[in-house]
Amino acid sequence: MDKIAIEIKDLRKDYGDVIAIEHLDLDVAEGETFGLLGPNGAGKSTTINILCGLLEPTKGSVRVGGYDVKTEPGKIKKLIGVCPQEMGVFPYLTGRENIEFFGNMNAVPKKELKSRVEKLLEKLSLTEDADRRVKTYSGGMKRRISLVMTLVSDPKIAFLDEPTTGMDPQSRRAVWEFLKELGGDSRTIILTTHYMEEAEYLCDRVGIIDHGKLIALGKPSDLMREHNVANLEEVFLKLTGRRIKEAA
Amino acid sequence: MNGQRVIAIVGKDLKKTVREPAMLFLIVLFPLMLTLVFGISMGGVGGDTTQTFVLGVVNHDSGPSASWSTRFIENLTANPMLDIQSYADDNSAAEALSQGKMAALVTIPDNFDESCASFQEHPTNESLWVRATLNVSVDKGSMIATQAIPPLIQQALVATLVGQQSNVSIPVSLGTASLVQAERRSVFFYMVPGVFAYGTIFIIMEVGQSFTVEREEGLLRRMNTTPLTSSEFMTAQVLSNMVIAIIQVIVVFATAFAIGYRPESDASGIAMAFLIVSVFSLCCVGLGLICATVAKSTGAATGLAFVFIMPMMFFGTFVSAAASSPISTEIGRFMPSQYVTDAITSLFSRGAPVTSQSVVVDLAVVLVFSVVVLIAGIVLFRKYGNR
Repeated sequence: MDKIAIEIKDLRKDYGDVIAIEHLDLDVAEGETFGLLGPNGAGKSTTINILCGLLEPTKGSVRVGGYDVKTEPGKIKKLIGVCPQEMGVFPYLTGRENIEFFGNMNAVPKKELKSRVEKLLEKLSLTEDADRRVKTYSGGMKRRISLVMTLVSDPKIAFLDEPTTGMDPQSRRAVWEFLKELGGDSRTIILTTHYMEEAEYLCDRVGIIDHGKLIALGKPSDLMREHNVANLEEVFLKLTGRRIKEAA
Repeated sequence: MNGQRVIAIVGKDLKKTVREPAMLFLIVLFPLMLTLVFGISMGGVGGDTTQTFVLGVVNHDSGPSASWSTRFIENLTANPMLDIQSYADDNSAAEALSQGKMAALVTIPDNFDESCASFQEHPTNESLWVRATLNVSVDKGSMIATQAIPPLIQQALVATLVGQQSNVSIPVSLGTASLVQAERRSVFFYMVPGVFAYGTIFIIMEVGQSFTVEREEGLLRRMNTTPLTSSEFMTAQVLSNMVIAIIQVIVVFATAFAIGYRPESDASGIAMAFLIVSVFSLCCVGLGLICATVAKSTGAATGLAFVFIMPMMFFGTFVSAAASSPISTEIGRFMPSQYVTDAITSLFSRGAPVTSQSVVVDLAVVLVFSVVVLIAGIVLFRKYGNR
């Protein structure tokens, strides 16, 4: 493996008596697009939150960009961009203001910020609506703005937690193309998604988590070959079962 | 500390205040309407709502001619707001006061003449003055009387000793350095200072709601994934709410001014009022953070905010001033809003200078309250609220 961007060793996270993640070992290389897959409640978001410094691990060591999440979270936050599952956009600000706000949070120089915002808005077809307040946007547009907010700081490592949920097929395709292009440079992308075709299309490797444990790891094509199925969704269902697992 | 981040958060919060109708109403339109409606209903606009106060006088002056006390009583009588009634002894005067036959009672001490004469003889040498104190009892049931009468007596006293000069020391004291021009005042005039604190305390609700909403919508978590530090975030919150508090003061002051309110202070007094309210806003931010820490939803934060707003409103703003009682006065000592109202009353209604002891002490108390509450709010929110 090339230079390591994310290094997880024997990670465990408990919420009281509930074990959310157990014995998780994982390395993600610099420039890799890695898909973290799993049913609802499997531990994907908990893993992402630990990697972002939002949660402290109960046990184990986690390094992001070479920095320890427990002792150097400030340094990690300068490297990362996070697109959360719950959107996290200010409804009373315009799309442009939301993006600029997060550029300012990452101390992007003013001049550079303006050109980056314009470029990103154009790439995700948001220029025309950029000066409308976000509360007037559709769900898909909010998702796209949220994605731009994540990338305005030009992060070395981007965490995208279900970034295309709620988008129509056209928007989703546009985002895929954008992310494909984005992953072409040296940026590391950690993607969680429930759309297996999305992971198959975008990810260099995927890891499938269930009950807090990593149960499969590899290139999508290798996993399909290994399990003798035609697509990643079949691999996923074969490994995690067909029973609905989401807890109430 | 990164200024770019702090400015961005302040800008965002101010945009929210202007763009969110509920916030705009709470922060700007509510104080404006309150002042306007209050001003109209309490005589700030139209109609002659002049009050006349019955002031009892007992003269114990035993000086050789008692000319000073006579002149003092003449100056009191000359004030159109005062209806002077003389009493021969303390007992009958006190009885009349307790029966509500007068709004206040002033007792001239037996060394009054001697004291005034010492001042006339040595106007600049305080060590040779004979000190005397005028005892003043005011009907506590009348908020207007408690606010208005002591300054009127003080004014007559100063006029007796030094003419129209208002900023010189004199040997006779009322226990207060307050001065006020003998002009006709409406009830509104005496209640405006309490409106400033009243408007500002709603910042508690605004902060409590904002933080709860931003937590519910994952915005706080998202900001936590950026290099933004806790101190930058809290500094921005404090600054934006100070700006909001200043906007509220401007709104209240401008509205009151527009309907005829004229404070008894110069620019320095007005600046001091702005400063005191700004400091008080820190306390409100701290209490708002405590609300956001404890409450798990926006509705709960709103309800909890009233736990802090109600006592401060009833024991420390114009509401308490309008219906004061010994118990409410005692409870008011624990309400920072009471000290804000008291300081602005001294500045705006009595024309007290910004350096006067009462104003400085009030500012110091508000500052201590605010710093303690703000630190408690920040510590609690950091530990338990940002989840």
